Amino acid sequence: MKVERPRALAAALGLLGDAAAPLVPLAGGTDLLVHWPVRPDARTRGYLDLQRLDELRGIRWSEDALELGALATYWDVITDSRVGAEFPILVEAARQVGAIQIQSRGTWAGNVANGSPAADGVPVLMAFGAVIVLESRQGRREVPLDAYYSGYREGARREAELIVAIRIPRRAHALQRFVKVGPRRAQAIAKVGLAVARSEEGWRVVAASVAPTVRRCRAVERRLEERGLPGSPEELDDALRADVAPIDDLRSTADYRARVLARVLFDATRKGGA
Amino acid sequence: MERIEGLAKLTGRERYVDDLQVDGALWGMTVRSRAPRGRIREIRFDPAVDWSEIVVVDHRDIPGANEVLLIEPDQPVLAAERVRHVHEPVLLLAHPSREVVRRAAHAIEIEVDPEPPYLDVSVPPRPDQLQRGEDNVFKRLRIEKGDVDTALARAARVVEGEYRTGAQEHVYIETQGMLAWEENGVVFIKGSLQCPYYVHKAAIRALGREPDGVRIVQAATGGGFGGKEEYPSMIALHAALLTLAADRPVKIVYDRGEDMEATTKRHPAIVRHRTGVDADGRLVAQDIDVVMDGGAYVTLSPVVLSRGIIHASGPYRCENVRIHGRVMLTNSPPHGAFRGFGAPQTHFANERHMDVVAAAAGLDPIELRRRNLLLDGDETATGQRIVDGVDRIALLDQAVDLSGWREKEAAHAELARTDPWLRRGMGLACFHHGAGFTGSGEVMLASRLDVAGLPDGRVEVRSANIEMGQGTLTIFTAIAAARLGLAPSEVAIAEADTGRVPNSGPTVASRTAMIVGRLVEEACDDLRLRLGLPADARGEEIRQAVREHARATGEETVGRAEYEPPRGVLWDDATYRGDAYAAYGWGAYVAEVEVDLRTWATRVVDFVAVQDVGTVLHRTLAAGQVQGGVAQGIGWALMEECRWKDGAMQNAQLTNYIVPTSFDLPPIRVHFGETPWPGGPMGAKGLGELPIDGPAPAVVNAVARAIGVAPTEIPLTPERLMDLDRRAEGRHARIA
Amino acid sequence: MHGSPELPLSFTLNGDAVSVEADPAARLLDLLRYDLGMTGTKEGCGEGECGACTVWIDGLPADSCLVPAFQVDGREVRTIESVDPARLGPLLSSGATQCGACTPGVVMTGLWILENPGLLRSHAIRELMAGNLCRCTGYDGIIEGIEAALGTRS
Ligand SMILES: Cc1cc2nc3c(=O)[nH]c(=O)nc-3n(C[C@H](O)[C@H](O)[C@H](O)COP(=O)(O)OP(=O)(O)OC[C@H]3O[C@@H](n4cnc5c(N)ncnc54)[C@H](O)[C@@H]3O)c2cc1C
Ligand code: FES
Ligand code: FES
Repeated sequence: MKVERPRALAAALGLLGDAAAPLVPLAGGTDLLVHWPVRPDARTRGYLDLQRLDELRGIRWSEDALELGALATYWDVITDSRVGAEFPILVEAARQVGAIQIQSRGTWAGNVANGSPAADGVPVLMAFGAVIVLESRQGRREVPLDAYYSGYREGARREAELIVAIRIPRRAHALQRFVKVGPRRAQAIAKVGLAVARSEEGWRVVAASVAPTVRRCRAVERRLEERGLPGSPEELDDALRADVAPIDDLRSTADYRARVLARVLFDATRKGGA
Repeated sequence: MERIEGLAKLTGRERYVDDLQVDGALWGMTVRSRAPRGRIREIRFDPAVDWSEIVVVDHRDIPGANEVLLIEPDQPVLAAERVRHVHEPVLLLAHPSREVVRRAAHAIEIEVDPEPPYLDVSVPPRPDQLQRGEDNVFKRLRIEKGDVDTALARAARVVEGEYRTGAQEHVYIETQGMLAWEENGVVFIKGSLQCPYYVHKAAIRALGREPDGVRIVQAATGGGFGGKEEYPSMIALHAALLTLAADRPVKIVYDRGEDMEATTKRHPAIVRHRTGVDADGRLVAQDIDVVMDGGAYVTLSPVVLSRGIIHASGPYRCENVRIHGRVMLTNSPPHGAFRGFGAPQTHFANERHMDVVAAAAGLDPIELRRRNLLLDGDETATGQRIVDGVDRIALLDQAVDLSGWREKEAAHAELARTDPWLRRGMGLACFHHGAGFTGSGEVMLASRLDVAGLPDGRVEVRSANIEMGQGTLTIFTAIAAARLGLAPSEVAIAEADTGRVPNSGPTVASRTAMIVGRLVEEACDDLRLRLGLPADARGEEIRQAVREHARATGEETVGRAEYEPPRGVLWDDATYRGDAYAAYGWGAYVAEVEVDLRTWATRVVDFVAVQDVGTVLHRTLAAGQVQGGVAQGIGWALMEECRWKDGAMQNAQLTNYIVPTSFDLPPIRVHFGETPWPGGPMGAKGLGELPIDGPAPAVVNAVARAIGVAPTEIPLTPERLMDLDRRAEGRHARIA
Repeated sequence: MHGSPELPLSFTLNGDAVSVEADPAARLLDLLRYDLGMTGTKEGCGEGECGACTVWIDGLPADSCLVPAFQVDGREVRTIESVDPARLGPLLSSGATQCGACTPGVVMTGLWILENPGLLRSHAIRELMAGNLCRCTGYDGIIEGIEAALGTRS
């Protein structure tokens, strides 16, 4: 196993993108390390450790955006009272990721890059219209998170790129809601996830664990814009069918996911502010 | 008195098997079958690996019999020609590097010509699935009392039900592991285990040695719950075979995945009830059929079945009872001992069924139980007369009162009127658990225990009963100290080493405090006698006599005790009649749950556990046993589910096999009735298993009442509850 | 042995400066247990679920089974071995430990709460302890012990 531990972003980008010696970026390790004991190939790859890249740490505020550095953790967000005041569901979602031992190490960027359809960080970011900032030796580019995923665990990041930041536009929200339906109340993988935000830009509805990727539910959004709040969960069924395609797996059933998503969505849209 | 080894555990100084670092030790690893059933055709070793540097052992390297001896010799140490379940051990590897041995295990292919597996006990086996007799039944047992058919025919009402419980994984936090080495011709095996002498018996058989050629030593054991009753023998033999082949110490420590996939689980069960009640809701007939899935080898299945059926009719009075039970061979890894040992399965069915019976009889569940609970002098299904002075109705009333049942029911009705999604309900279970081995088991065990006077004036308790968290060290210390009038610091407990301690039996079946604890008292008395002291000698007299004896004779004085059955306890194994257990603990548990109709998730919001287990020997330890057992029971009821495919557990990770966290449980409120039982030490009965019998039915009964469904199967996951609720749809579709 | 050169790393362990060479594939848990012989930190699952391997890294609880050893270079690590037994009385009395396999992890998270009582303004103890699975106690003994140590329970 090979490990590179650069101290500057430029050096890190210089090491990436060598097709002969591909490197896997490693941030908090809470996704990657799970495989170390059980998959021999996980212990023979090359890794690029990001932990010394202090440039990527922390949370930054600007006039119109909140920027999470690529090493910003869930705990960084939970303990930031400004985030709690302006983006309460960012904190709510962070609190429901694993437990403290995961929150202290796991990063938002790792959650995005890992690309699990059951992720908890991604839906909230997507509901807020977050943009993923990617950088390589060739320069920077930005991809809106709702256009980031192309398939199961397939994202827009190229091998030579790192996620360097996540930018969340600051909008006035009339409503923000996060719902995680897991098999228990903590340390759980979502069977259904939901983030809803309503701002001057309109409704944004994002669902998790009901499609190969975390999915923005555009048909539901249109339905809400055009016809207002639903009178029952069933009124959302048609739109949801267009947006998501839940499956049976080890953790739940397609039927359960579909019905629960309709119910929690119905309830979330009707409840007042966050 | 605080837990003896508590501080060592809190500071991380306690040594478990993986904490023992031995110079030159190799890491051992097991290569397993991937097929549920078939004939081994070929074993292929990847030529890319340098096999010369790896120790490889197969069945031909077993010096004795290829058997993990327990009840029957059917289970091989290493599969020879056939495999009967997925993850059955076939080969063993060892190497100084854990990394190398792991990679090597991945580089071996075991080719199996498949044969049709039998995996579902709810349908009879096809001829090509037969592997034992003409029906794949390991064991059949029956209990008969009175005339069930006539009573059913005459009953005012007959209520039927079928109930199912799933396999449950122990999830002791320390995974299984063993260290083996040879010293002066003796094979030492040290590790995580509950029953040193079970391992010893299996080892002398498979290693072909005399009893003193093998020594089994317990290392600190990080939880067992029954899971370290039988499987440790397998791992011990594997480590021993490797150490003999390598001539070096060998350590095998399972990772969590291997532990979950390969080791035992609680037996899945299907229980059918046909119950007759009279016009007043009194039980007149109980007709019960129990089927358990035993897995691929006999292991402990017959005794699990036995305890299961003996508890199947519950703590109730009924003149006419018929209980049939059978445990079947299937091609899944053997199911085995798990806290409760068959009783939780049958109690779940019975207590769930009692609520169904109550509804049919137009009675509330409390009243139905009050009318039927055993009174002192009544007889159980096996004809055992219960006369222990415990007022079971008072226990029930106490649990109901403490839970605030009546007031809460009113609040729940109000919640259902006002909240669109949240529903709450109360649920109840009454149950009992026999302490010690079933029937004549304790007589056959003939446990022995010593208490030795040490030259420095202290005494040492020598028993094969081990500490695994349940408090053996503390309880034995307390009992010996009290008996001899010594300070706890003057009582030592010997390491459980078969070379040093007599066989006081396995650490199972809620027998340690009650049965072996009594032996501690008797051995103390015998020590006093051998010291030539009067029966009331205590403290300083004992101390001095112990020291003087040692000085005068140059030897320690040893007090000895051997089990003798309490007078008047009689059991007939042929007819399954008589006194099944010397004593029973009794429980009445009440759960309050909240169901969220958005997600059909159930949360237990309050739990009251009232029980009478005789005198409570140590309040904190006893409460901890109850709370831990209740937590396991709630997990089994609501979330713990083994997902099987072709005989293999699919969710063998803690991410996918879910147990409750601290955030999922309410404080568990524990109360003890303390009716002393003269047969136990200081009046105590067994306690360890009772608390797992009640939570599942109490919780599921509460869910049933909260949303008006009739669940029959656990775990009652949100998915299952949704399906039930949809069938009952229409009644609560009200949306605010 | 598989050709991975050892990585040099220096960090603070329980207040002492430590410099070691580590296998790049070693997890912090392996480094502590097998290289440094500090076996107080336990492995319960190796997948970040059970919390038996909890240590502090720069003052926050982390699962040492999910941290590559090289990532603690330059950081402060605190393990169960650093804990003063005198602080553990309330946990001992409340029955916070039974089998002890989860216990070192439980103590490390519990101690973090004790040293940061302000956390309880926003969090319940039961939420903060949710990353430490215990199969023996049902958690009551643990929660009561932490409360007693905080002085919020008599
Ligand atoms: C016990 C446990 C519980 C968990 N619970 C939850 C949960 O409740 N909800 C949830 O959503 N997740 C959960 N996770 C998953 C995980 O913690 C999160 O996905 C976390 O955000 C991953 O971040 P990390 O920094 O640890 O990722 P890492 O493991 O370091 O990396 C994850 C992936 O992202 C890539 N990567 C990381 N950073 C970058 C970057 N800057 N640029 C490009 N690629 C990058 C890596 O190459 C890798 O493919 C859990 C994990 C565990 C072990
Ligand atoms: S061993 Fe690290 S969390 Fe279980
Ligand atoms: S004390 Fe045994 S797992 Fe917690």
